[in-house]
Amino acid sequence: MILRIEQDHNRFKQIIRGRIKKELKKYISSGELIGRRGKDFISIPLPQIRIPQFIYGPKQTGGVGQGEGAIGTVLGAGEVESGKQEAGNQPGEHLLEVDISLDELAEMLGEELELPEIKPKGRKNILSNKDRYTGISRYGPETLRHFKRTYKETLKRSISTGTYRPEYPILIPIRADKRFRSWKSAAMPQANAVIIYMMDVSGSMGEEQKEIVRIESFWIDTWLRHHYKGVEIRYIIHDAEAREVDRDTFYHTRESGGTVISAAYKLCSKIVDLEYPADEWNIYCLHFSDGDNWSQGDTEECVTILKGQVLPRVNLFCYGQVESPYGTGQFLVDLKEAYGEDERVALSKIENKEGIYQSIKDFLGRGR
Amino acid sequence: MSSLPKNLAELQEEIEAHARSYGLDFFPVIFELLDYRGLNQVASYGGFPTRYPHWRFGMEYEYLSKSYSYGLSKIYEMVINNDPCYAYLLECNQIVDQKLVMAHVYAHCDFFKNNLAFSKTNRKMMDVMANHATRIRRYMDAHGVEMVENFIDACLSLENLIDPHSPFIVRERPKERQETEESRPQVRRMKSKSYMNDYVNPPECVEARQKKLDEEAKRKKRFPESPQRDVLKFLIDHSPLENWRRDVLSMVREEAYYYGPQAQTKIMNEGWATYWHSKLMTEKVLTDAEIIDYADHHSGTLGGRSGRLNPYKLGVELYRNIEERWNKGRFGKEFDDCEDLVERARWDRKTGQGREKIFEVRKHCTDVTFIDNYLTEDFCREHKLFIYDFNQKTGMYQISDRDFRKVKQRLLFQLTNFGQPFIYVVDGNFRNKGELLLQHKYEGVELKHDYARDTLRNIQRVWGRPVNLDTVVDEKARRITFDGEDFEEKDVSDKVA
Repeated sequence: MILRIEQDHNRFKQIIRGRIKKELKKYISSGELIGRRGKDFISIPLPQIRIPQFIYGPKQTGGVGQGEGAIGTVLGAGEVESGKQEAGNQPGEHLLEVDISLDELAEMLGEELELPEIKPKGRKNILSNKDRYTGISRYGPETLRHFKRTYKETLKRSISTGTYRPEYPILIPIRADKRFRSWKSAAMPQANAVIIYMMDVSGSMGEEQKEIVRIESFWIDTWLRHHYKGVEIRYIIHDAEAREVDRDTFYHTRESGGTVISAAYKLCSKIVDLEYPADEWNIYCLHFSDGDNWSQGDTEECVTILKGQVLPRVNLFCYGQVESPYGTGQFLVDLKEAYGEDERVALSKIENKEGIYQSIKDFLGRGR
Repeated sequence: MSSLPKNLAELQEEIEAHARSYGLDFFPVIFELLDYRGLNQVASYGGFPTRYPHWRFGMEYEYLSKSYSYGLSKIYEMVINNDPCYAYLLECNQIVDQKLVMAHVYAHCDFFKNNLAFSKTNRKMMDVMANHATRIRRYMDAHGVEMVENFIDACLSLENLIDPHSPFIVRERPKERQETEESRPQVRRMKSKSYMNDYVNPPECVEARQKKLDEEAKRKKRFPESPQRDVLKFLIDHSPLENWRRDVLSMVREEAYYYGPQAQTKIMNEGWATYWHSKLMTEKVLTDAEIIDYADHHSGTLGGRSGRLNPYKLGVELYRNIEERWNKGRFGKEFDDCEDLVERARWDRKTGQGREKIFEVRKHCTDVTFIDNYLTEDFCREHKLFIYDFNQKTGMYQISDRDFRKVKQRLLFQLTNFGQPFIYVVDGNFRNKGELLLQHKYEGVELKHDYARDTLRNIQRVWGRPVNLDTVVDEKARRITFDGEDFEEKDVSDKVA
């Protein structure tokens, strides 16, 4: 039964969505949402929506209560919220926690940033078989017995053989009457994607820079997961050497060595070679650094590796240069020179948290 | 008529008979059995499944559904003041709960029918609500959902600006053309001989001047003549609104007046229902096996978070207290003057008027008069009432006093005008520019400032011209003005009467 209230409920949700969308820019650059992510949902705190009226300010009203306690007794915390930061937190005012699905969030992101939908590359749609219990069969395990069908068959048989007595309508199915649920295999197209994050963890990348990377990768994850069924994520950190790490290490490691970017690209290309055949996978490589490379020679090597091994296989290669007080930022300039026009390469300069918004747009704005 | 399953229908019959035997007098009651979604829906619509579409009902539904599914709250029952009375039962409740709810409902219904505060409410509200919904849908079709919805938002913001007593008072008698002693202002004429008169004082000129004078006199008249509390009515009568907007505003007003008495009698109504469900259940309806479950749920109704005043509890205890006092003759001058505590505790004149008295109280009182007349010092002490206040230094709410007079005063203050500020229309032609001037009657508590501004913004949308509110901000008399674009706040020294 569809309730009438559903309509109003949906309208309310729509209003909430509107609010979230309006605030999305703020959320994008604040990273507030990262910790609020569940498996499929994300809970977003919103100020309570209330229709304003002339009412008394809460601080001065107090009230009447009942129970024990001498004058001066503080009333239980569960009942009236105590002011944490400042005196004036009022009882009864709370944030609205709205659960929205990650898919929906991705859609909002798409609309807000005007991102084009990604078209998975040609032959990369592999077919996977999926079983669905939609059929009926004469054989099967008892656990899958289809009661209604079995009953019907038994009834048919007993009427046609004349053993059915309406005053004593008990039916006993024999083996031939039994019907079982059975599956049919359907081929479902499935597009897989892998995201390879690379980050420079040399001394010049500070906490602030990493925070930016973290926030940006959250949104990129959200967007790509929206488009692909199975998304794998790999993490590579590098200073003078590169190694693959898990997610936690990725965000929390800090090394003091120098920076040799080509090491990371080599590792990345190796991973792709070994595990992600380009005709089955949509491959996304993202590299974040402050733009300082060890030598010009290494930069040239990077360009060579990219051109020869990485770019032919990937959907997109993104380089995000996070501004830091130590980096020269030369690497971005060099890449731009080499690949300025290549549509497989997205380059972006992220000056601070506010820059994340534009940077996501730069990366995902190509619809690849 | 009833769609209840047989066992519940029989139960209804039984409980109804018991209720009647105690002298309860009610409209016919129609029970409907709903699952929790259905009940949450009805509750979100304020009891009326046929209400107009609006997002705030959806918000309420979201809240109710969430608290239900997290096990935080559960609505047992819902009853509507209407003839016949509609009441809803939750399908998954145990039989003992259904009994309790039915008994509770019959008492509510008796209250609706007999309490004087409800005497002017529309008993065909179910139909009225459905009509409102139809009209609002029609406006939505004609003018767009968004536009109508936005306007409803603005109207709801003013919903509480009504005068709950006005249904009982004919405030403005139809004006008869009464010539007052101050005569119509006359144009001064120059002296002239009669045959020269038309030349010295040309008639057209005199007439034109006279017209101007009349207009001025009219404008000088106060508008409204005395401060008006029913701000909504004033806006309906005098705002330059399109017809559909005026209609929406008057629907919102009508519904606000319908709900008014329920807010005015919360303690009394719940207390009355609790008194009777307890009486009916324990004396008539319960089976032995049900007694523990009943006691559990009954105490759930009367309990509550420590320190908070529970209207059910306060109400029922007060009725019982009144019943006892009138049964034992503990009222009147003789009892009040008696200062011997032992004597007072033993006082029993066997007057036996208790039952009669509480029926009388439920007829004549609202919460304010209920507390004012019957909350005694003894009661206050016995039930450990106190007042609490917000302590600026510690940022906590703390118990501040147990003095009877202060408790009573605070309680009455909270109940007066639903615990909401008094706002009057003072001038509908303020500054002689058609601006609206509202006044907040300050009684020691200031308005919630950001809400006040937002509300003012909504009033301006209705009134069309700039609106002003005289109130007190940070202990200073201030006038907040909103002209449709900007807010302005200034100190006011001259208080407008």
